[in-house]
Amino acid sequence: MQMQDLPYSMPDAAGHFGPYGGIFVAETLMPALAELREAYAAAQADPEFRAEYEYDLKHYVGRPSPIYHAKRWSGLLGGAQIYLKREDLNHTGAHKINNCIGQALLARRMGKPRVIAETGAGQHGVATATVAARYGMECVVYMGSEDVRRQVANVYRMKLLGATVVPVESGSKTLKDALNEAMRDWVTNIGNTFYIIGTVAGPHPYPMMVRDFQAVIGEECKTQIPELAGRQPDAVIACVGGGSNAMGIFYPYIPVAGVRLIGVEAAGHGLDTGKHSASLTAGRSGVLHGNRTYLLQDEDGQVIETHSISAGLDYPGVGPEHAWLKDSGRAEYATITDAEALQAFHDLCHFEGIIPALESSHALAHAAKMAPTLSSDKILLVNLSGRGDKDMHTVAEKSGIRF
Amino acid sequence: MSRISTTFASLAAQGRKALIPFITAGDPQPDQTLPLMRALVAGGADIIELGAPFSDPMADGPTIQRASERALVHGMSLRRVLALVRDFRRENDATPIVLMGYANPVEAYGIDAFARDAHEAGVDGVLVVDYPPEECAGFAAAMKRVQIDPIFLLAPTSTAKRFGEVAQFGAGYIYYVSLKGVTGSATLDLDEVARRIPLIREQVGMPVGVGFGIRDGATAARIATVADAVVIGSRIIEEIENSPAGEAAPRVQGFLSGIRAAMDTATKQGVAL
Repeated sequence: MQMQDLPYSMPDAAGHFGPYGGIFVAETLMPALAELREAYAAAQADPEFRAEYEYDLKHYVGRPSPIYHAKRWSGLLGGAQIYLKREDLNHTGAHKINNCIGQALLARRMGKPRVIAETGAGQHGVATATVAARYGMECVVYMGSEDVRRQVANVYRMKLLGATVVPVESGSKTLKDALNEAMRDWVTNIGNTFYIIGTVAGPHPYPMMVRDFQAVIGEECKTQIPELAGRQPDAVIACVGGGSNAMGIFYPYIPVAGVRLIGVEAAGHGLDTGKHSASLTAGRSGVLHGNRTYLLQDEDGQVIETHSISAGLDYPGVGPEHAWLKDSGRAEYATITDAEALQAFHDLCHFEGIIPALESSHALAHAAKMAPTLSSDKILLVNLSGRGDKDMHTVAEKSGIRF
Repeated sequence: MSRISTTFASLAAQGRKALIPFITAGDPQPDQTLPLMRALVAGGADIIELGAPFSDPMADGPTIQRASERALVHGMSLRRVLALVRDFRRENDATPIVLMGYANPVEAYGIDAFARDAHEAGVDGVLVVDYPPEECAGFAAAMKRVQIDPIFLLAPTSTAKRFGEVAQFGAGYIYYVSLKGVTGSATLDLDEVARRIPLIREQVGMPVGVGFGIRDGATAARIATVADAVVIGSRIIEEIENSPAGEAAPRVQGFLSGIRAAMDTATKQGVAL
């Protein structure tokens, strides 16, 4: 089938995706963002930069990551064929490393010897600490003290890699507070410091830049899946917290008509309980962390505390491009509860011998819901964005097991 | 003429500089905000910057974030901040009030509704920290329609282009952030401030207040000799934090009187940097 390509060119020069995105920061950060925009534009135009990025993706990360046809699980579900993009096989165990390599190379090009990052579950922190070690940079990772407690193993991994982990005690002591603290570090140490943001949020150019560095996921899929399955998928499914793995796999497919793009948010204990992280589904437009996007907030405009079994999805905002894709109708957004995600986690372990991250389990759970409603010649491509080793503790606890 | 312009004009006529203290509305308790505002006036404040608390005050340091958290625990909201301003206006019709906060609570309130209610309450200026000029043309226009001054930040790193934008959208005064970092940070480059202020004043055509990093009378005095206003925030919040229950207002008044005296002495003597 011949696909008709549709034009798509976002964001605009000021970083807007329709009404979303932009640059909402204090004046003190403006010059640093301007410097970053210029440096990124120059790097994009430089074939050597691209070559270095691609070299490390191949030889250090292990790209391209394969696509795997989950035949047994698909058969048991009795419907569409589920294919998994195996980002879990990357070095460090998730898609986060793609972006970290891009930004660390940019930091080096800009002559910044120190990198900082915020982290929730610790995956982005680990990926940042990894590339900092790889390129010989000083690394400081901000992490909510609540997350430090929940993710002991990842904290230790970061320390092994030579990073300093700073527990953040303010606010809800989770990802959003770590982000606030990292911004403060950046504004204070702008001269020698590069802030590696881990998701497609923050002030322009971050949402665009992180998307571009993650787009390798979708670009590989566009070549791989026709080789495997004979054609492009009917739907691409990915979990959405901040939304970087979803933007990475969606972006190359945005102009491709006939491919549904489905983002899956965390419904936590259920949307009606208020304990969830479904910003696009249950939030409304607002301004946080430097961009306009959908936000979980109370009627006074205060950002509310979120919940998800998966720390990586536990964030009250979402990347502004997702906000635009939702409003424009190009992408759809669904939700999956903690319990549904856990079921998919166990199913993939049992039926395919793959332990998925709890984040990715949300996308898997949605695919498992969709598959039986579709005929067996339909193709669902799920971004298996990370592996579940980091989640052993959480899953065991839910099953009443203590190590 | 707005209360802010009247204040700067009258100070200029006396050869004095404006003292602009900052407190967070609702910190430590909502019922202490009015007594604290009275104490600021009694201590020599010319303009009061009243912080509207936000859950994620990204541009502030830990001190002002703690103040925000204390206020939010007690249910402070933008609506209640405006109610406090209305109460203050019943007893004081002279001291200008500048609300300082973040974009999201203002947008949740609705920009036009906020403009109307802030004007009715007696607000004179609004500084939304995360609204740079390029993102707030509509907001600045809405404020100006109700005679509220949109106040903008400039930093040591701000470009000449930025001076022009701030001159276009801003009114009242410029808040010059005297150092890199967040509110409450430690060091301040006084020579740099002395070099930049005359340039900004000339290019933007508004009085220039200097804030971030001013913690004592000596620094305030030196700033007063070059700038039009001295802004003090975190140091006052610390005074509130460290006061036993019921003593915050007199302590803040005492602290501010010291700053006021140091500034007035310096400007009277024409002490140079």
